[in-house]
Amino acid sequence: MAMLEAAALSKHFRARRGLFGGRGVVRAVDGVSFAIEGGRTLGVVGESGCGKTTTAKLVLGLEEPTEGGIRFEGCDLNALDAAGRRNYRKSVQAVFQDPYASLNPRMRVGAIIAEPLVTNEALTAKETRRAVLRLLDLVALPARSADLFPHEFSGGQRQRIAIARALALSPKLVVLDEPVSALDVSIRAQILNLLRDLQRELGLSYLFIAHDLAAVAHMSHTIAVMYLGKIVESGEAESLVRVPKHPYTQALFSAALPSSPEERRDEIVLAGEVPSPLRPPSGCRFHPRCPSAMERCKDEAPVLEEIEGRLVACHLYNCVALPGAPERQT
Amino acid sequence: MSTRALLELQNLSTHYVSAKGRRVVRAVEDVSLRVAAGETLGIVGESGSGKSTLALSILRLLPPAARIPSGRMLFEGEDLLQKSDAEMRRVRGKRIAMILQDPMASLNPLFTIGDQVAEPIRVHEGATRASAWARARDLLKAVRIPSPQARLSQHPHEMSGGMRQRIVGAIGISCEPRLLIADEPTTSLDLTIQAQYLNLLRELQRAHGLALIFITHNLGIVAKMCDQLAVMYAGRVVEQGPVRQIFKAPAHPYTRALLSSIPRMSDGRQRLTAIDGQPPDLSALPPGCAFAPRCPSAFDACRAAEPPEIAGVANSRVRCWLAAPDAGRGKAGNGAL
Repeated sequence: MAMLEAAALSKHFRARRGLFGGRGVVRAVDGVSFAIEGGRTLGVVGESGCGKTTTAKLVLGLEEPTEGGIRFEGCDLNALDAAGRRNYRKSVQAVFQDPYASLNPRMRVGAIIAEPLVTNEALTAKETRRAVLRLLDLVALPARSADLFPHEFSGGQRQRIAIARALALSPKLVVLDEPVSALDVSIRAQILNLLRDLQRELGLSYLFIAHDLAAVAHMSHTIAVMYLGKIVESGEAESLVRVPKHPYTQALFSAALPSSPEERRDEIVLAGEVPSPLRPPSGCRFHPRCPSAMERCKDEAPVLEEIEGRLVACHLYNCVALPGAPERQT
Repeated sequence: MSTRALLELQNLSTHYVSAKGRRVVRAVEDVSLRVAAGETLGIVGESGSGKSTLALSILRLLPPAARIPSGRMLFEGEDLLQKSDAEMRRVRGKRIAMILQDPMASLNPLFTIGDQVAEPIRVHEGATRASAWARARDLLKAVRIPSPQARLSQHPHEMSGGMRQRIVGAIGISCEPRLLIADEPTTSLDLTIQAQYLNLLRELQRAHGLALIFITHNLGIVAKMCDQLAVMYAGRVVEQGPVRQIFKAPAHPYTRALLSSIPRMSDGRQRLTAIDGQPPDLSALPPGCAFAPRCPSAFDACRAAEPPEIAGVANSRVRCWLAAPDAGRGKAGNGAL
């Protein structure tokens, strides 16, 4: 059984449309299902507005789902009482993008890391201090860091502090929302390696969100690709990266920058931009930009179906009339 | 080096000096570079490596605290450092244009797109409003803005991020410059939009024979777009040469480490080779090579004296004692005296 399971999870926001206020609904996340196994990483990719950050907030319990629900270790979150929810929040922690914004500049690092312990556990000052030192050691920062302020650290070190704070309550799942994109290129590998080491040592699960496809491919066991609030494809990371099946995944991965000047690929350049989530297109939400769109894509929304061990939501693959669905190597 | 350089920097330094002159930050130090017409040069470096200061130096748009104590900047044979402010104003936007990272910050929210795209044409060429707007419409068409005529009278907030960035591109090429400097032009864009934009820039470059300078921290953009590459570290160009050459056989340990620290789509979940330590503080650089404290191959000479630029294969140059013919002895030893 998966550690965390989301079933038909939706989050809709009400939005005012225009000055005179007809109301609209933004379906930021619309019927999304996924599972995160213990000790594994689920990577979520997609462009801005696809709903990946809202998904993270739902998992963190920072937003209430409009529909659907999350089961954590078999328990439905909607059915939990206050104590159960508190427990859940301790098991699921987060590391955010910008370590310059996520650390209070007026608190010493020791106090920052100890804060979750102070609010959640009844520890003596001595025990807290010992826990802080253990956490600093875990993220490879010297013990004297505890007495310094965040401004005395570089971006990479600050992100280590944020990771130490996230680990203070021994969580089972850590949500990583763009954890390296604000860091210098030469520092990113340090942090990605640290996250991998911590996962191995502590048996952590990760929900890893990033727009850098190579970093997601590097970190994840499974990958889910989102477009306008829906998962269009998900499956085992390595094969998904090697042979993407959904036309959007194919285009997204073909648009990724090459890792060397020798690398040449058939770039699928998509026309237009991501439509507004206030007025998502009918049928398949990708159809106006899809190079392989058919008549039926305009009216009928495809559902995720298993195709060769992968979940894909595309009519190209469940249409018997079509002679063989296209596969494109990238 | 057969082609004549469009822009040639010779031993250029840019320093930031504090009010009382006590603190000096050597943001750019002894940089020599050249760009030929129609060529694309990538300048990569981390934050604080001096790459943006270098770009602003070329346009002479530096803040008041900056000084250029030495060097020459030859553009089409003329030294930009000798020009008066009035002369520089005729260069900027006309012969050298720049695209900045954040399109929302480089567009004025109060003016229409048409006014802003037409402005350089009116300023530099003295065109009438009507003819400048007609040119602006063609420019919007050239950067693939749908229904350009209608867009001319709209304001920046009515467009998406990708469209705004293309409009900034249109302003950049409006007076048909010889050189376009793009400072992280795609960091605020989504992947598929980034691909569209980079392809567009390449088409514009081919159509107008533009030289491009890409300033970025992203080696993927360099791999995709550039012919030549200069790698900056702590204000210096530590390695420069043809992109393919550097990707194939990086000569400087920093370049080598940078290239191997980037996750690749193809190598699955292999461990990355991380670079230890932090980027240096420019106001407190170590003696010798600035990369030495993080360098896996550093030896005594590196901590004693700064390495000079040493010529390598295929017009490449590298600032590293390892590349010196008598690495570790002789010259390096003299530097220590």
